Amino acid sequence: MTELLLSLVSLTFVMQVLRITMPYALAAIGGVVSERSGVTNIALEGILLMGAFGAAVGAYDTDGSVVVAVGYGVAAGMVTAALYAVAVVTFQADQIVSGVAINMLAYGVTPYLLKVFYNSSSNSPKIKGFGGKLFSNPVFWLALALMVVVQLVVTRTRWGLRVRAVGDNPEAAHTLGVSVNAIRWQAVLASGALAGLGGVWLVLSGSSFVAEMSAGRGYIALAAVIMGSWRPVWACAASLLFGFAEAVENNLQTYHLGIPNELIQTFPYVLTMVTLAGFIGRSRAPGALGRPFSAR
Amino acid sequence: MPGETPALELRNIRKAYGAVVANREVSLAVQRQSIHALVGENGAGKSTLMKIAYGHVRADAGEIWIKGERIARHSVPQAIARGVGMVHQHFMLVGTLTVVENVVLGQEPRRGGLLDLPRAAAQIRALSQKFGLDVDPGARVEDLSVGQQQRVEIVKVLWRGCDVVILDEPTAVLTPAEVRDLFVVLRGLVQDGMTVVLITHKLDEVLAIATRVTVMRRGERVAEHEAQGLTCEQIVHEMVGRPVEQHLARQAVRAGDAMLEIRELHVTGARGTPALRGVDLTVRAGEILGVAGVEGNGQTELVEAIVGVRAVDRGTVAIAGTPITGEPVARRYRAGLAHVPEDRHDRALVLDYSIQDNLILGQQRDFVGAFDVLDRGRVRAYAERLIREFDIRPPDPDHVVRGMSGGNQQKLVVARELSRQRPLVLICAQPTRGVDIGAIEAIHRRMLEARDRGLAVLLVSAELSELRELSDRLVVLYKGQLVATLDRAQLATDDALDTIGAMMTGAWDRRAGQPAQDPTEAVAGDARP
Amino acid sequence: MKREAVTIGIALFVAALAGSLLIWFVGKSPLDVYALLLTSTWGTSYGIGQVLFKATPLILTGLSVAVAFKVGLFNIGAEGQLAIGSFATGLCGAALPAALPGPLAVALCVLAGMLAGAALAGLAGVLKTRYGAHEVINTIMLNFVASAVILWAGNAHFFVRYTTHTATISDNATLHHLGFAGSEANTSLVLALGLAAAVAYFFHRTRRGFEWRAVGHNPRAAQNAGVRIGSAVIGAMAVSGALAGAVGANYVLGYKSYYERGIGSGVGVMGIAVALLGRNHPAGIVAAALLLGTLSHGGLAVAEQVPKDLVQILQAIIILTVACVSVVRARRAHSAGAAA
Repeated sequence: MTELLLSLVSLTFVMQVLRITMPYALAAIGGVVSERSGVTNIALEGILLMGAFGAAVGAYDTDGSVVVAVGYGVAAGMVTAALYAVAVVTFQADQIVSGVAINMLAYGVTPYLLKVFYNSSSNSPKIKGFGGKLFSNPVFWLALALMVVVQLVVTRTRWGLRVRAVGDNPEAAHTLGVSVNAIRWQAVLASGALAGLGGVWLVLSGSSFVAEMSAGRGYIALAAVIMGSWRPVWACAASLLFGFAEAVENNLQTYHLGIPNELIQTFPYVLTMVTLAGFIGRSRAPGALGRPFSAR
Repeated sequence: MPGETPALELRNIRKAYGAVVANREVSLAVQRQSIHALVGENGAGKSTLMKIAYGHVRADAGEIWIKGERIARHSVPQAIARGVGMVHQHFMLVGTLTVVENVVLGQEPRRGGLLDLPRAAAQIRALSQKFGLDVDPGARVEDLSVGQQQRVEIVKVLWRGCDVVILDEPTAVLTPAEVRDLFVVLRGLVQDGMTVVLITHKLDEVLAIATRVTVMRRGERVAEHEAQGLTCEQIVHEMVGRPVEQHLARQAVRAGDAMLEIRELHVTGARGTPALRGVDLTVRAGEILGVAGVEGNGQTELVEAIVGVRAVDRGTVAIAGTPITGEPVARRYRAGLAHVPEDRHDRALVLDYSIQDNLILGQQRDFVGAFDVLDRGRVRAYAERLIREFDIRPPDPDHVVRGMSGGNQQKLVVARELSRQRPLVLICAQPTRGVDIGAIEAIHRRMLEARDRGLAVLLVSAELSELRELSDRLVVLYKGQLVATLDRAQLATDDALDTIGAMMTGAWDRRAGQPAQDPTEAVAGDARP
Repeated sequence: MKREAVTIGIALFVAALAGSLLIWFVGKSPLDVYALLLTSTWGTSYGIGQVLFKATPLILTGLSVAVAFKVGLFNIGAEGQLAIGSFATGLCGAALPAALPGPLAVALCVLAGMLAGAALAGLAGVLKTRYGAHEVINTIMLNFVASAVILWAGNAHFFVRYTTHTATISDNATLHHLGFAGSEANTSLVLALGLAAAVAYFFHRTRRGFEWRAVGHNPRAAQNAGVRIGSAVIGAMAVSGALAGAVGANYVLGYKSYYERGIGSGVGVMGIAVALLGRNHPAGIVAAALLLGTLSHGGLAVAEQVPKDLVQILQAIIILTVACVSVVRARRAHSAGAAA
């Protein structure tokens, strides 16, 4: 037990937490942007997965080029998000149903392509990822910078003001000539890019793409959005909590504490349910969240 | 000023929503520097017409001319660019944003890529000063009172340089004193060279302020007059198409036992703030007790607490002597409660259900046979009876309620509530909101009938004329407390409306029984010297 | 009715089109693949049997999702509910004394499965009622939790050594096969159809069904009418979970004769497609289950030509299309018929 506690305060552990938090945090700020404009983003899970797959393909094809991997991953995330936007913004289909469908699609397309490209039913061939680099990894600093940028954009730019208006009272924005659906499209695409980058990080922190490797992180990121009251920086802070939980879960398995390994694996999920129960009443969602808008 | 180019002109506008024609070949010319009133019943098409003028809604056919120029493809940015602005009936404000943010939305000033709000704030303060609007740029809109929010809407329009201002039902949510203040502002605008279009169904106001009146009925323009010398009766006749009885005959009140008793009621509102702070109220059998007050002073929470959809912090509610505080909703109905909610689409009806299903909603347990199965035969017979008795149209029990008019939907709700097994207390909240004059008459008749039959009726309404018409006694709710009671004699006096208006804004000294000498009781920003 | 048929027609057409593209992408002929799909399913007795075998659990999970939808809830947790239900069914089947009469044994096992599923889904309902936590995330989280708990319980006590399946159930709890040239279709189909009829009856004839539907359409009006929203939410989630939990009858009692980790995987998610395609109506759900069962079995048959994930992709496309088209058509119908 003491060994476990000691390990928690080591630099390696802190780095492990940061590394693990990245996909949650990036998906979470993507979620914040989309939800602030009024579009629930259950599809984060699928976007994350597609981003990861795209990055794997990019890394494999170019034998480890991070730039290409990032490019492919972000593009894959944006394409997935675009499909989601077509359904829920253009066609105004139910956002939850469509989100679940996008996730199903991602869970189906990725193994399909795995077979077609690499003739495998569960993983891609080995790729050269980040190789364990954190502070010397430019993508890490890019991601941090993005978090700050998103916070700035949402609170201090013209586009950010419009996003916030559209998510709270789209009718009001419409009466002033703001194109509600255009803003929502842009917000969803942005969330696709950000969550796609989260997927890039997920796969490049490992050594290959594994089927279904997102493992619910997209949903957990949504919980982080709620916990963070739909504010970018707070959502990142909430993501740290979940990253911490996953890191502890990984480490607990090596420190035989008497809790069965299978049950340890439930930790992030149980934590999500508990925090959701505690926080949902306290944070205020954007007024028009989940409701499609049509100009008559 | 005839002969001069109109500030705003619409020619032969046609707009239909499926089978419903909202505007049928309507033409209207608004002269510069005038206050032009557009009147008509709910559903007459006046809002639609002005939304088309503003570019918010696209017409199917017809021409739009602004300041002598024909607009080919109209849109809201176009309208604003040409100086036409609109203050909507339901405020188009983003509650979580500040006044400045709301005012600049869509035309945000920028400096170096980021928003430049301080500059806009200064401009807002200047405008506010010039027209007596008293608006604080840094305040969050959802924290403002309704009257203040309306002023923000006006500043929004002025900041964009609009000189044609359209107001849609601006006085629906204001007290008489606030209405007077608004009119002062409007006259100031016109003196400054602007044009005002006022959409309203409140005829006494029309006559107080308008220079010209256009009357619409069922999507068509039926008349236009100079406001000078016009009477209410004339306009109502044109609005409805037939003479309408302004005052219903009523018997003297015969109040019996106390049927609804509320003691020391404390209720917390939706946002965690206290909504009712110690309310005591008694309604007797055979009387109508009216509750007046500006929206947001606890009326909604009062009704919710009596019905049981909102929890009570302290205090008691009793029906016919039986305490019902804390009891589930269903038990209250069984104890004799009947309730016509303030928003029928929100609380009273399941729009996708049929007429017969809505007629038994709340009483479904009474129509059940063996194994909890609904006896459809009995339900249908019941529905057919009520449809006949209350003249609900269309008279088809299977017709889906979503397709019915507002007036008929409300008649359905009234029918349902009055036909309960054993109604003792009837709560009516905003019973004629969004209902046309013909149906209003019917509903008022039903309420008086209920009272004569011995029900205790609690009427909560924002329409002072309705309260005055129907109440045997009137109380005024202000900031969660009852500030005054008036009996029928007091209601009949000439300055009754002013008195009630003063009570509604807190400028009333309860103990002295007269307008408050010290205005510190008044809402901030609404203080009257 | 006609409107629904057109919606479904468009959805299937778009899905077929997308499927054709995906098939062509791997260099095969869509027509050949679709033909093979049809002949391997409805073309042989065994095929028909397999379609029925696959459709049975889909009817149940489709009903599960639909019951929740009707009360305004999204139950995405059918996967976890059917897993824990099947696990319970397997345990019950193995623990029952062999002397018990067949029908009673079967009934007890199915009941065990339904109770387990109801408890899991009911938990999400309680979290929603008491804390306002959205059931979408919670049911998904519970899927992961259920899977982990089953694995732990199995490894700790219930799995046969070195396997991931439970002990064989006693004979009296086994369900008969329906024939069809040796396919696995079994009498749990009757159970599924019976439950479909029961759900239809419940929602359209009973007082409680009337109240639950009202909650689904307008919870505030239902509350004002005296309906207890909390009970409706928890009750609907529990029923929804129970329906998913009954899936154990098909796989455990009628096929493997034990619970094995991973059986029925994917059926819960497919249930969403079934419910949507069937427009949340029990009769439609049966039809949709047959269709998706055809796809599911056919998918295996064409697996040499096209990866079987094609089936999941097609389902997702069907869901998306139905979701989009039904909004467009509803809006058009609304503006055509509605008054002011």
